[in-house]
Parts: sequence; C-alpha cells; structure tokens
Amino acid sequence: MRRLITEVGEWFDHRLQLAAPIREAAEHPVPRNTASWFYVFGSAALTVFLLQLVTGILLALIYVPSASEAWSSLQALNHDVTLGWFIRALHGWGSNFMVAIVLIHMVQVFLFGAHKFPRELTWIVGVFLLLMTLGMAFSGQVLRFDQDAYWGLGIGASIASRVPIAGPMIVKLMLGGPIIAGATLSRFFALHVFVIPGMLIGFVCLHLLMVLKLGINEWPMPGRLVKKTTYVTEYHELTKRNGAPFVPYAVWKDLFFAAFILLAVAACALYFGPFGPTGRPDPTIIQTAPKPDYFFLWLYGLLSYLPPSMETPALLIGPVVVIAFLVLLPFLSGEGEKSWRRRPIAVLTILLIAIILGTLTHLAGYTPWSPHMNAWSGDPVPEQFLHGSTALERQGALVFQVKQCRNCHSLGESGGQRGPALDSVALRLTQDQLIRQVIQGGGNMPAYGKNLSPAETTALVAFLETLHPRTQSPARDAARDMVLGEEQNRRQDSQR
Amino acid sequence: MPNENTISRRRLFMKLGILFNGVVATALAVPIVRFLLSSVTRGRASAYLSWVPLGHVSEFPEGETRLASFRNPYVTPTDGKTADTSCWVRRIDGEQFQVFAVNCAHLGCPVRWFPQSKLFMCPCHGGAYYQDGARASGPPERGLFEYPYRVENGLVTIQAGELPTPGSPTAALIGKKPPCAA
Repeated sequence: MRRLITEVGEWFDHRLQLAAPIREAAEHPVPRNTASWFYVFGSAALTVFLLQLVTGILLALIYVPSASEAWSSLQALNHDVTLGWFIRALHGWGSNFMVAIVLIHMVQVFLFGAHKFPRELTWIVGVFLLLMTLGMAFSGQVLRFDQDAYWGLGIGASIASRVPIAGPMIVKLMLGGPIIAGATLSRFFALHVFVIPGMLIGFVCLHLLMVLKLGINEWPMPGRLVKKTTYVTEYHELTKRNGAPFVPYAVWKDLFFAAFILLAVAACALYFGPFGPTGRPDPTIIQTAPKPDYFFLWLYGLLSYLPPSMETPALLIGPVVVIAFLVLLPFLSGEGEKSWRRRPIAVLTILLIAIILGTLTHLAGYTPWSPHMNAWSGDPVPEQFLHGSTALERQGALVFQVKQCRNCHSLGESGGQRGPALDSVALRLTQDQLIRQVIQGGGNMPAYGKNLSPAETTALVAFLETLHPRTQSPARDAARDMVLGEEQNRRQDSQR
Repeated sequence: MPNENTISRRRLFMKLGILFNGVVATALAVPIVRFLLSSVTRGRASAYLSWVPLGHVSEFPEGETRLASFRNPYVTPTDGKTADTSCWVRRIDGEQFQVFAVNCAHLGCPVRWFPQSKLFMCPCHGGAYYQDGARASGPPERGLFEYPYRVENGLVTIQAGELPTPGSPTAALIGKKPPCAA
C-alpha cells in the first residue's frame, strides 16, 4: 500500500516537479528563537482567510445578490436551510477574528521591528492586505442587506460626496445609479466575491513569497542594530549558527494556534449565532438607528466628536495621511534598533492608538451623542424630582417630557446623554440663565423660543429651578437682590 | 551562428505583436470604461431627476409636517423596496410647502419629526433641525435637503430621483429656500 502511494506520488512529481521546492521551503532554516508564540499571528490570519473562502463559497450557494431578495435569502439561511445559521455565524465571526488577528499581527511586526530593511516591501504589501481586509469587512456588511447595510451605504455615500469636484461622480459610481438600490448591492457583491478576494489571494502569495525569500524576522535583541550594508550577511550567519528547520521546529506552534483560532471562531458562532440581518432594507421605515459593525464603531464615534468644520478635511485627508504614513514607515525607520525595549516612541504610539480606538469603540457602544428618540415618552420623570413640588412645577415637568427635552437630557440617569444631565442644573444656572438657554438655545442646543408659550416657559423654568440637591441652594443672581431688594426677591422665589 | 538580420526580424515581429495587442486592448478599453462609468455618465444630463406626485394637497393638513413616500422615478428590475423613498412634507399654508429629504445633511441617516417640540432629530450623531429645515444643532453643516416642489391639479409634486448627499449638485439645487422663508 505504502509503495503504491509512493509510486503515485512520484508519478505526479515527475510531471509537477514541486516536491523539491516545497521541501526546501518547509525546511528552510529559521532563527531558533523565532519559534515563539509571538510569531503565530500571520499563519492564523491565513487560516481564518481560508475559513472565510470556504464559508463564503458555501453561503453563495444560497444567497441571492438582489436588492429585492437578498434579505429573504438571509432569512432562509438563518431559518430554513440546515445549519445555514451556523455557516453564516462562522463567516460573520470569522470576519471579526480576521480583522482582529490582522491588527495584532501588524502590531507584533511593528514592535519587533520586522518592517525594517530588507522587509520593507513585505510590510507595504501587508498594509494593503489590511486595507483589503477592512474592505472585505465593509462590503460584507453591505451584503448582509438589512437596515444597517442600507443606511451604512448612505453614510458611505455622504462621505464620498464630500470629495471636491469628483464627489458626486464617485457617489454614482459607488451606488451604480442615483440611489441605493439593486445595482448597489450587485456591485458590492462583485467587490466582495471577486475583486477584493482575487487581489487578497495575489497579495497573500506575494507576502508569503517574501517571507520565504527574505527569511523570518529574527527575535530582536536590544542593541543589535540593523545596517543595510551588513544585515543580510548577519542574518545568514545567525540562521547558520543558531537556526533550525521551519518544519517541524517552529511550525507546530502555528498549527496549534491555527486550530485554536478555528475552534474559537466555531465556539463564538455556536454560542452567539449569526449577525442579523436586522430589519428589512426598506427606506420608508425610518424608525431606525443604524450602527456600523464592530470594527467601524470607532469611526462612528469619531464622526460625532469632530467639530463640523474639521469633519470634511479629516474624512478626506485623514485616510490619505494614515495610509501614506503606514506605507512610508519602513523608509522613515528602515534601519537601527529593532527591539521594542529601546523604541519608547513606537510603544507609546501603539498604546496611544489602542487607547483612542478602544475609547471611541467603547463610547460607540452606548452612543452618548445620539438623542434617545423614545425617552420623552418612555422614561418618566423619576419620583424624587417631583416630591413636594407645586402644581406649576409639575406642569413644568410635563412640558419637559412633552417637548422632548428628555431625548437629550437625562434625569436620574435615564434619558439621552446628548446634552448635560439636569439632575442639579439649578446649581449651575440662575433663573434668568435658564430662561435664556431654553428660549435661545446655544451651546449645541436648539432654541425653543418659537415652540414654547410664555406659560410653558415659566412652568418649565420653575421645574428646572427645583433640580438641585436638598442640601445645596440653587444659583442666584446677586444683582437681582440689589435691584429688587433681597426681601422682595426671596418672597417672589418662595411664592413660586 | 545566428544571423543578425533574423534576430532583429523576430524582435520586430514581437514588437509588432505587442503593438497589435496594445491597439486591441485600447479598442476594448473604450467600451469597458464606458460600461463601468455608465451610472455616472447617464446622470450627467440629469436623466435621473423627474417630477413625482406625493399625494393630494388635502392629505397634508395646514401647519403640519407629515411623512410621505414615493417610488423613485429611476428603477431597475431588482430594486424591490429600496426604490421607495420617504420625505417629510410640511404644509405651511395654502399651496406653500416645504418638502424635506429624510436624509440628515450630516451623513444621511433618517431624521424623525417631533411635532411637539417642532424639531427634526437624527438618531445617528444627534443632528437637529427646526421645522423649516434650518440647522438647529449637532454636527450637520447645513439645513435639511429640500426637494423643489410644485402643486399641479391639486397634487403635491416634487423633483426627485437622486440620493441627496452633502456634495451632490442637486443638493445645491434642492437646498434652495422657498420664497416664504426669505
């Protein structure tokens, strides 16, 4: 039996002649200390990519890339087709894992100085692989053709339309027509299924080829500097003196980690299930608050914190600067120290970026910048704010609810967080300031002057004046005491 | 020994071959690029825009703002529900109207009308607009997009057909204030 297999193998190899180069690639010597758990993320990314290819093809057996039918075909996958939900969940979780692993891989490569000479091109190809991965994540979100996908496309179109002169053309090119409709989904299908994966496969091959040709980055030693003139000889000496064949010396860790990641994806898929689809992509249903997928949440947060005047420049120039910086990085620091122990700025930069992205993502999890559209009718004024209040103040509390103040202002930690919480607003603003703020707005608040009758304003302000802790007295305008006389003023206040 | 002449002749043929391929590729590139850009070039003569009826004037009470929807004038066979579009119709009085796109002028999320506070609010980043569409607060840099309208035989009709985005040329067209707001 074994002889037969050997003979068949030899028959093929006589024609293909691949055995020798494959063996050579597998057994090429790598520095001993690179057989580390830190060096497994690249192969893990490749493994998840293969999982995405397989599950993607499986989904394409059922999915219909038509604006009128995509949503129903996703429902069929979720509910009718045997284990359709599981394949969808694998693909969705695989996508999240892939973005995460690619990012971790990139951070590891940067901190270990692997982007330096002679691996500059490997890094640049890697940058494009990251962009393609993000492109896959976004286009994949579009193919999950639900309300989030529909309005997400609208956000994409609004951003693209801000490009000077060419903006409107880019929007029509992106949408495939004047509106988000059938042609839009079809072209995102083509991008997600043919164009980007094709490029990804090509770039992954290039990336791997360079890793083989140039050798895996040695474990960085503080003080061992990279010089263009001597590095290659030093590296070869290192692999000769202290090297080991990649297979099996290092590969077992890659294999274990790859299997572990696949297991983790499967566990998430099994436990959490597939993503969506949310509501039907019907533009006439406007009771929706679209939200991007996890890896674009930071962008959602950033877009609500940028001052309006900064937004268009930041959106158009920001990505160009970031990509240009990433591409140029190996040329800016192509030599010198590799170890993270001697590169404090590199470490701090990574930490800073991680904190910024983490904070924005965390904030986008509960969107303090969005009004709570149903707070005015759904969240009653907490009882403690009405205890012992007068009829006028209660009327004011009603105005407060009915005029949707609550959508942006919280009381007792319920309600919107777009504006400041009003639990103790009377400590900050005097009666006159409250009236002015309500009527004229300002500081990011609309003016309510035209929408409130004088009686409503009086009642509302009377209610707002009660919003202070029992132990602290509300803010008072000292000048009024002077003008009206302290006694009369106090009497007026106590009458209210 | 290879003849100098033969080599240069082969090279000439190779070069001619490349040239031939180049000519064919250019000839093929023209229809390919035209196909790719068809969605852009078609819109240039504003072929996408036309007048669509929203409903009878009486469906929109004076002084109120109501949600209306229309079928996009330009549809393809696979559009399904996505070709249906909503808009906010404000009847000021008589035949004075304002018709707003539901898309927020910030990033296009659907804004909702609150008749009690007479505000449009956006659920995404908190843009708010007054009843006449003017920007009230939040990240939008301008007021709501407005469709040009006219009243014909008692029907409120708007000029629509393109997704309103901050940069589109129609956004400038549909951002025009009606005479009453001047």
